[in-house]
Amino acid sequence: MRLTSIAASPAKKRPASRRKGVALVFSCTLLGAAAQILMKNGMAHFAPTPVALLTNIPLIIGFALYGVNTLMLVLALREGDLSTLYPIIALTYVWVTLLSYLLLREKPSLFKNIGIIIIIVGVAALGRGNRK
Amino acid sequence: MTASLFRSMLLVFAASVVGSFGAVFLKLGAARLNGSLLSFANSRLVFGVALFLGSSVFYLLGIRSGQLSVLYPMVSLGYIWTLAWSRLFFGEPFTRPKFFGLALILLGVFFVGLGSK
Repeated sequence: MRLTSIAASPAKKRPASRRKGVALVFSCTLLGAAAQILMKNGMAHFAPTPVALLTNIPLIIGFALYGVNTLMLVLALREGDLSTLYPIIALTYVWVTLLSYLLLREKPSLFKNIGIIIIIVGVAALGRGNRK
Repeated sequence: MTASLFRSMLLVFAASVVGSFGAVFLKLGAARLNGSLLSFANSRLVFGVALFLGSSVFYLLGIRSGQLSVLYPMVSLGYIWTLAWSRLFFGEPFTRPKFFGLALILLGVFFVGLGSK
């Protein structure tokens, strides 16, 4: 089976390729956050029996998303510097915090809010450096 | 600092180091993809995924006893190790945006940690 779209690998990375890497890692962070929320939900009714595990849909989907997540990270790493792409994963903290407010009804915290804003600025700074 | 917190910090520290090597092996494995689905089963990728799983185990053991505000941000130490390995193993240059962006990310994660009691 061939996956020609991911097979193309120019020796010299062009800007479009580097943007693709950033976009892929960005998507990873969204999937990773969804996976964490689902797994947290799944662990709430966790029981170590086969039936309970096989019917724990949030846990199963969470694990599956982690799998897809890793796959996308690998595809992203073909497209650019590890030192630029890897720290972008910190955006996961931002989405998890926001999703926890929205879905898990966690109380917003000033420190968390300051933290996620600083993370966004940091990732933006990394991304800008990647463009040059 | 209690002995139990020190133990947790060691575990989370180990998780950050193991995870950073996971990233290195994923990058090595990614270079081996040739468009065939089978090429995803190359030894470097498999080892990278194994290191990520190992890192999660250390992390989960580490955070079991609480103190998330200290332990949560420590995972992002892995980004620093990865920056060093990127230069050492892949010859990626240290640049100002990388240092600046990473410093802000670490500070941000530290704040998120402060808010996670």
